[in-house]
Amino acid sequence: MTRYVLRRLLQAIPTLIGISIISFILVNSTPGDPIAVRYFDPNITEETKAILRRQLGLDQPLYLQYLNWFAGISLRRGDVVEEFAVGQTTCTYLAWLDTTLCDTQGGILRGNLGTSLSTKQPVWDRLLERMPATLELGLAALLVSLLVGVPLGVLSAVYQGSWFDNTVRVLAVVGNALPAFWFALMLIFLFGVVLGWLPTGGRQTVSLEMRFDPVDRLQHLILPTVILALGPIATYSRFMRTETLEVIRTDYVRTAKAKGLSPFSVWFVHALRNAMIPLLTILGPAITGLLSGAVVTETVFAWPGMGRLTLNAAFQRDYPMVLGAVMFFSALTILGNLLSDIFYGIVDPRVRLS
Amino acid sequence: MSVQSEKVDRTLAAELAANPQLQRKPQTYWGMALRSLRRDRVTLAAMGFLLLVAFLSYAMAPLIAGAVGTGPNDTNPQNQFAPPYIIPYIKWRLGLDPITAPVLLGQSGGIPHWLGTDQLGRDQLVRLLYGGRVSLGIAFSAAAITLVVGVTVGAIAGYFGGYVDDLIMWVINTLVSIPGIYLLIIVTAIWKPNPLTLTLFLGFLGWFGTARLIRGNVFKVRALDFVTAARSIGAGNLRIMLQHVIPNALPIIIVSAAIDIGVLILIESALSFLGLGIQPPQATWGSMLNRANNFVFLRDPETGRYIALHLLVAPGLLITLTVLSLYLIGDGLRDALDPMMKNTR
Repeated sequence: MTRYVLRRLLQAIPTLIGISIISFILVNSTPGDPIAVRYFDPNITEETKAILRRQLGLDQPLYLQYLNWFAGISLRRGDVVEEFAVGQTTCTYLAWLDTTLCDTQGGILRGNLGTSLSTKQPVWDRLLERMPATLELGLAALLVSLLVGVPLGVLSAVYQGSWFDNTVRVLAVVGNALPAFWFALMLIFLFGVVLGWLPTGGRQTVSLEMRFDPVDRLQHLILPTVILALGPIATYSRFMRTETLEVIRTDYVRTAKAKGLSPFSVWFVHALRNAMIPLLTILGPAITGLLSGAVVTETVFAWPGMGRLTLNAAFQRDYPMVLGAVMFFSALTILGNLLSDIFYGIVDPRVRLS
Repeated sequence: MSVQSEKVDRTLAAELAANPQLQRKPQTYWGMALRSLRRDRVTLAAMGFLLLVAFLSYAMAPLIAGAVGTGPNDTNPQNQFAPPYIIPYIKWRLGLDPITAPVLLGQSGGIPHWLGTDQLGRDQLVRLLYGGRVSLGIAFSAAAITLVVGVTVGAIAGYFGGYVDDLIMWVINTLVSIPGIYLLIIVTAIWKPNPLTLTLFLGFLGWFGTARLIRGNVFKVRALDFVTAARSIGAGNLRIMLQHVIPNALPIIIVSAAIDIGVLILIESALSFLGLGIQPPQATWGSMLNRANNFVFLRDPETGRYIALHLLVAPGLLITLTVLSLYLIGDGLRDALDPMMKNTR
């Protein structure tokens, strides 16, 4: 088991490197570098811009820029130790290569995702600041989707072919066909605007002192949770229905029935436990999906989470911010897949970890 | 008794053998699929709806625009947020409400805005029809790209295996580890898309799932006897792949294509809602919902009526129904093309 986990972790490394290369190339293939985009000020001369570019390493070829961003190491021709050894950066001149090697103490290898262009804060700090909101929404949606989706799927299988089963199946298809943002707006209109039961957006009511009010927070949480859970509910119910129908054909369930156990015990204790196992394989990716894929929901409800942060950064052309966020979400995705595989191996001993 | 029935059987058989018109044609796989599809009313209805939408937007849009008397981008600042004309018109014709409909016509300068107008006074019905061209066009062409790239890459990986497969799977696993929506956000934020580039983005960022699906299927088919048989008579790799392996994967390709198109319509609309899709004034179903977050709050200051709801409801319903039909078509095709699965589902 330990070996399996270690091997999977090792396999994740080339994937992460690949992701960093792809997203770096994508983001840096924009017409105009950050200096040209940021400094419209006509008083800044081309010479100043050139100096800024040189300081930020933007005059270098892309692969050297990547090395700097990834490992925090920058290489420069000639002896330029004095010019670049500023602040934390240490430089050494390698005479035999006629090259100056600088260590900026940064780079995503060392967990430094860079500095946001728009606020000058570290990217990691900005992500951390938004993380609680995203976690709160993601976990709530996960809880709701499991608590609703799994029983719906099992009951659907129990009453296979009944009106209940048919309704659930139809709703599952419709739930996947609804554009989430549109359905969200319809719910906002109904519950927020017309009935006035629930707030229309945000994470809490804006007031001067911003006290923590659990009821208020819960009210703000309801609609986004419903919207975010809608797709997973549809998926889980379909999935659980198929799996349960599969499991009830097995011998041990027949034995349980033959022993005279109550239908509830047969379905929800015996059948459900084994039907849940395959769910684990989609649960890991689903969790990371809920945590990182909430861009649309967060935007509709003005939820101050990481998805909206990234979207706004993309609009502002804050490339380090976007890059850092994408790296973080990708690492989460890889971790989620890994965890679900490991859990699967633990729960189901039939899975051979070859 | 039994002797007699046997006699009847024998004469029947002789009659059948003699008269080719009485013989049943041998059933082919596609023939069977078609017959089972013909009995599936839900799938037929979904196909009908999709064809109707496509027909209206591709063939009829200019005609309908001409009949209404306004183009998709014709603005009218005097007639913003006009309510749908259709309901007052019916009431007018039925004699229930003789005032509202003529008043609406007067405000619009005689143009019947059947589904109302938007914030610039553009006719919603005409925009929906022209938008359908772009939305459907993008989704179908992107799905085509997805299919071609996905099937090619998946078939190569699955067929050759070994290092080729390892390399391809590493690329795919790397790309799917970046949450797709962020990949699209980066790409669309950098290059403001037009219909063509958005199609390319969606197509070339969407083939990973198809490739995995095909690869798995090819792995299975490759090991079957008829492939060995084909190889034994000296068939080359390309021929085996095109003639034996890919046709076997065709059912799952078709099914996944139908569902992919639906998903692509949803993605296009979500991107447009975020402001990253097709830029105005070009109408697409998604871009018509671009400013939709304000729509639920817009009220007439005097009457308190919500004036922009028709702009929210109509495109959203159309998207939902279209995507729903595509999903249902996918499900129906799955049942029709896979006789083995029918019992388990």
